Amino acid sequence: MKKLMTATLVALTTSLMASSAFAEPVRVGVAAEPYPPFTSPDASGKWVGWEVEFMDAVCAEAKLECVLTPVAWDGIIPALTENKIDAIMSSMSITDERMKTIDFSNKYYNTPAAVAVAKGSGMAATPEGLKGKIIGVQVSTIHADYAAKYFGPTAAEVKIYQTQDEANQDLAAGRVDAVLADSLVMADFIKTEAGAACCEVAGNVADDPAILGKGVGVGLRKGDAMKEAFNTAIAAVRASGKYDEISKKYFAFDVYGK
Amino acid sequence: MSAVTEPRSSAKWGLETHRIVLLVIAVALVAWMAISMRWDWLPKYGPNLISGIWVSIWMLVVTAVLGFILAVPIGLVQVTGPLWLKVPAQIFCTIIRGTPLLLQLWLLYYGLGSLFAAWPEIRQSWAWPYLRTAWPYGVLALTISFAAYEGEVMRGAFAGVPKGELEAARAYGMSPFTAFWRIWLPRAIHRALPTLNGETVSQLKSTPLVATITVVDVFAVTSRVRQDTFLTYEPLLFVALIYMCLTGILVLGFRKLENMVPVKGA
Amino acid sequence: MWGNDSFMIEWITNLADWHLLALTPPGWGMTLLVGFLGSIQIAVGGFALGLLLGIGGATGKLYGGPITKDLLEVYTTLVRAVPELVLILLLYYAGSGAVNRILTSLGYQNINISGLAAGIFVIGVVQGAYQTEVLRGAFKAIPFGQIEAARAFGMTSFQVLRRIILPGMLPHAIPGLSNLWLIATKDTALLAVVGFTELTLATRQAAGTTKAYMLFFLAAGALYLLLTLVSNVAIYHIEKRARKGLPAPV
Repeated sequence: MKKLMTATLVALTTSLMASSAFAEPVRVGVAAEPYPPFTSPDASGKWVGWEVEFMDAVCAEAKLECVLTPVAWDGIIPALTENKIDAIMSSMSITDERMKTIDFSNKYYNTPAAVAVAKGSGMAATPEGLKGKIIGVQVSTIHADYAAKYFGPTAAEVKIYQTQDEANQDLAAGRVDAVLADSLVMADFIKTEAGAACCEVAGNVADDPAILGKGVGVGLRKGDAMKEAFNTAIAAVRASGKYDEISKKYFAFDVYGK
Repeated sequence: MSAVTEPRSSAKWGLETHRIVLLVIAVALVAWMAISMRWDWLPKYGPNLISGIWVSIWMLVVTAVLGFILAVPIGLVQVTGPLWLKVPAQIFCTIIRGTPLLLQLWLLYYGLGSLFAAWPEIRQSWAWPYLRTAWPYGVLALTISFAAYEGEVMRGAFAGVPKGELEAARAYGMSPFTAFWRIWLPRAIHRALPTLNGETVSQLKSTPLVATITVVDVFAVTSRVRQDTFLTYEPLLFVALIYMCLTGILVLGFRKLENMVPVKGA
Repeated sequence: MWGNDSFMIEWITNLADWHLLALTPPGWGMTLLVGFLGSIQIAVGGFALGLLLGIGGATGKLYGGPITKDLLEVYTTLVRAVPELVLILLLYYAGSGAVNRILTSLGYQNINISGLAAGIFVIGVVQGAYQTEVLRGAFKAIPFGQIEAARAFGMTSFQVLRRIILPGMLPHAIPGLSNLWLIATKDTALLAVVGFTELTLATRQAAGTTKAYMLFFLAAGALYLLLTLVSNVAIYHIEKRARKGLPAPV
């Protein structure tokens, strides 16, 4: 009996340890929720999207073994600082606020933010145009901060959703009058069957680099040595034309921005 | 092996030494947390936190009361009722207790929401302002959940009331309804009070889930604090403290309620 | 009832896009089942860990010294007073963070605690507090004469625990333990908020990508219900076997 118990205990600990490997590959965190066209799971459980392909290209250039690790979006920065993941490549914008906690690589794309509204409602993407309306945003995004600052005072309510597709869903259901998110994400939503039937893009919002950030970069822990590797790899992917090759599959224009 | 240990040096301060040491350690721990962790966000989010606590409390009270009112017939009908009422009640309880509350909440909010997208005509109806907002779905899901769990408890309570009392009531000439209202229901409630206490505390601990459907309760406010300040532990510890206080108040309240009813013997 | 069978079949097929539930892509059925398996794994692991903690906690509360009793009382009261959602978040971040900090301070490398291990740890700690109370009540229900006889025979405390107490308290503990098992299976849904791949998160991903919310949430509900019903049948049989020789429960 004693031998059996010791054997079971040893087997249990080794199996748990085996499932917790020592940190050799780079665990790249992405939001566990779908965020098309950048990252979204397909029916077989594989992650697809522009950002996934870009991640593969960058990791190949930097000769790193990247493991895509889904983490809840609203816990992705704590996951990085608590060493559950090693990098964030989940359309995270470079803002001063975030720079206080984590480090960023150079940007790898930069797109404006846009507002989507119900079809034919005629609302403009400005604080006056959205006066008295209900606006939906995703938690912990630059869009949530932007909406709180610019639309908060005049809008009826700013509702905060856990995931972007839930916000889109409520726009289609009519529970919110407008949704503020990345322009490419909104464009992708409008292209889908549900989106085309209900909604349209009202336009881009006025830029505010302090809140909307200076583009999207790879999130890393402060002082991480991989920053240089990522910067070189991003530059190499841009220079070699792989960047445009991937972008052409998803977008009609260059998303690198200014 | 006796579990009785003589307390040492207890006479002087009325507390055993080990208790004092543990209390000192606890106070030191709290003091260390108060000093070394960042609490500067508390005044800034104070009003939000208070309104969040208010939302949590009224959600708890409304859903517990409505759920209990619903639970009484659900429990009763499983003890007495005709088969065509008993079986649906049992099925209801099994389904609700067999699936997670989070799933039920999302099913009601987002599942029904996807139906709204298919029928735009519903936006002209009178119910639209209520179907639009999030809190009715939270109240509905929590009420249904409470009713299902309480229904089971009340079923046991109704079945456990001594038959003699009910027969005596009938012998007095009371109508079935009077017998129910004056004898069966109060006795069942009193039998169920300790379990009701536990279930209400469980209900309080289920209320944070409504934050996932955009109802702004205290958990949603602390989530917002976590996003704005990038602090992980401080907001979570604070909200844990708030819930501990609310639980304490609930438990004390129920204990007072139990003591209000005089019981002879057991 | 409604004329002919083909009408019923047509009505059912038009109700929803059932292809989305297919087991092979583009159906999401396999993703849901993989998530379901993940849920069961965490529930089993968490329940087992909780059982270990519960046995330790119950023994400590009944036979331990005053400090052990107080510390265990603090543990059970804290866990039972704080919502599971908050506890899960705290344990998920604090647990692995603490482990890694201890390891780095001791000079070892950080280890990557897999999501499965973290989920089991979280559910296990929460279960442990409830299990302590259930097992404490069950321990007390054992006729003390049996324990006295065992001690008179000269068995060590550990032998008494293994041979008399654990088998003896099982029939009294089963109602409480079965309730806790069902709670464990449903608490795994809360791990969706942390991003661990179990059934509720898989459902949310599938529903978010396909916008067929009603269909997927109902399918997930059916899977959880299936788990509950199967568990109920299993518990009924276990209880019957464990209660052999004992009077029927009131």
